[in-house]
Amino acid sequence: MRTLIQPRGPKAARVLPGFNITLGFTLVYLSLIVLIPLSALIFKTFALSWPQFWEAISSPRVVASYRLTFGASLIAALINVVFGLLIAWILVRYDFVGKKIVDALVDLPFALPTAVAGISLTAILAGNGWIGQYLEPLGIKLAFNPNGIVIALIFIGLPFVVRTVQPVLEVAEKELEEAASSLGATRIQTFFRVILPIIAPALLTGFAMAFARAIGEYGSVIFIAGNMPMVSEITSLIIIGKLEQYDYAGATAVALVMLVISFILLLIINALQAYQRRHAGTQS
Amino acid sequence: MKKYVHAIVSAGLIAFSSIAVSQTLLNASYDVAREFYKDYNTAFTAQYKKKTGKDVKIDQSHGGSSAQARAVNDGLDADVVTMNTTTDVEFLANNGVVAKDWAKKFPFNASPTTSTILFLTRNGNPKGIKDWDDLVKPGIQVVIVNPKTGGNGRMVYLAAWSYAKKKGMSDAAAAEFVGKLFKNAPVLAKGGRDATTIFLQRNIGDVLLTFESEVLSVDREYGTGKVDAVYPSVSIIAENPVAVVERTVNKKGTGELANAYLNYLYSDEGQEIAAKHALRPRSAAILKKYASTFKPIELVPVSEYFGSLSEAQKVHFNDGGQFDKIYTVK
Repeated sequence: MRTLIQPRGPKAARVLPGFNITLGFTLVYLSLIVLIPLSALIFKTFALSWPQFWEAISSPRVVASYRLTFGASLIAALINVVFGLLIAWILVRYDFVGKKIVDALVDLPFALPTAVAGISLTAILAGNGWIGQYLEPLGIKLAFNPNGIVIALIFIGLPFVVRTVQPVLEVAEKELEEAASSLGATRIQTFFRVILPIIAPALLTGFAMAFARAIGEYGSVIFIAGNMPMVSEITSLIIIGKLEQYDYAGATAVALVMLVISFILLLIINALQAYQRRHAGTQS
Repeated sequence: MKKYVHAIVSAGLIAFSSIAVSQTLLNASYDVAREFYKDYNTAFTAQYKKKTGKDVKIDQSHGGSSAQARAVNDGLDADVVTMNTTTDVEFLANNGVVAKDWAKKFPFNASPTTSTILFLTRNGNPKGIKDWDDLVKPGIQVVIVNPKTGGNGRMVYLAAWSYAKKKGMSDAAAAEFVGKLFKNAPVLAKGGRDATTIFLQRNIGDVLLTFESEVLSVDREYGTGKVDAVYPSVSIIAENPVAVVERTVNKKGTGELANAYLNYLYSDEGQEIAAKHALRPRSAAILKKYASTFKPIELVPVSEYFGSLSEAQKVHFNDGGQFDKIYTVK
């Protein structure tokens, strides 16, 4: 599993031409594809004075949307960690009829236009939908409120966890587990002391990717959210709303806030991951 | 073999010659005008051919009205814009993409058609909704577009405000009235079509507040008799402005064609096609002819209480404006 921080290995014969050229290419390419578009974001916000900038990013509706976006993304990513691990586990450790199809199904949220996902989820979960019609009488509302947002975010984030954990589980040696159990470890001990340390970095990566993806999600969420100010408006919708008012600077200001928070969160997760690698003593 | 070569060469010549003589025109328009302009373009190209002998090809581009305006501003080479909100064209005018005095270039503020906000209730109007007062009653659920993301929702807001003012309410009372209306919305839709889907497919709400022309779309998509159109005592005039994109026509030399294209909207044929698509024609005669589609209703122009749509935007819909206050003040 490739991780975001890769310690430089011992000197070995290189297949690609030297470090200088590759690093140079990397920097130019990243600047072109990532940095320049993002710096445009910053320049657009220069149209605002500090008080205007502060007002744009701190009005109650916008703050409520940050809380919702990051909160719902966190919940969805955590749920994905648990169930994504389970799915990866089943796909790696068991053989069953139709396994290839199940394996392919996992990738669907990658490929599907997210608006389609949003519309279909809404159709199923709304008060008159297949599932919604049974839940609504029980007082469980899953569409047009924050619950719906979490569900949409679980949907789009699932493949990230499965696809990062799966290859690590595949190479994790079953013998280790057998050894643990023959030495008298219970199943729970085996899981937490043998398996989890091996897959933890991958799991964390999957979590980070699902989380990051959820923060920026737009298409699948707006159809199911209900878009009520202060209640179920995600930050992406606030940004689009500002663009609809031709408030480019305000929109980019909020986008910039999202970018900074996301970047900090990813840095923290990366650091955690590096820490874990060093202290878990795994060979993966 | 020779036959094939001949066929290919002549096909190529035909293709080449049609490129040589025909001009193309791109109309950047809003989402739900797709069907209207499809019919209109057919009529226009036939008429233009008859008048000038020239073949023209009209391309259409549709999307959210302000998203389209942004695209044109950022460089989409549309020859004409046909929008559903004057603010969208004003935005282009402020950036020098269309003429500053675009509203004077064509009759009726350069808006060949208008629309208004109606109530669509479920078949038979089970909740007995007649007018705006019924919508603010507790227990009534209304489906509205989020005014932050859709012109449709802004028009609903302004229509409700105008009604309150017509009833003699103060600004504070009008704000409270509109606040009550939006508090009765279980969902704020992203755009007009999203609202219709929520109301009809998700079965949410007792009444859908939307443009008059949507009644026709609903009948077409879901079958007639699904909804009843309720005409409130007062509603608002929503103008559908059009403008020539000077930046593009100067570059492409399509100014004459673009003007002809937009002028034809005011002809009897153009007005009639609009009426068939439930857009209110400016021509009194055609309006009368389609009286069953356009029932009489007191229509308030935006200028009566709000100055202009841009001013309404500033006071009511921009961040920190009146609409935000409805939601952020507990």
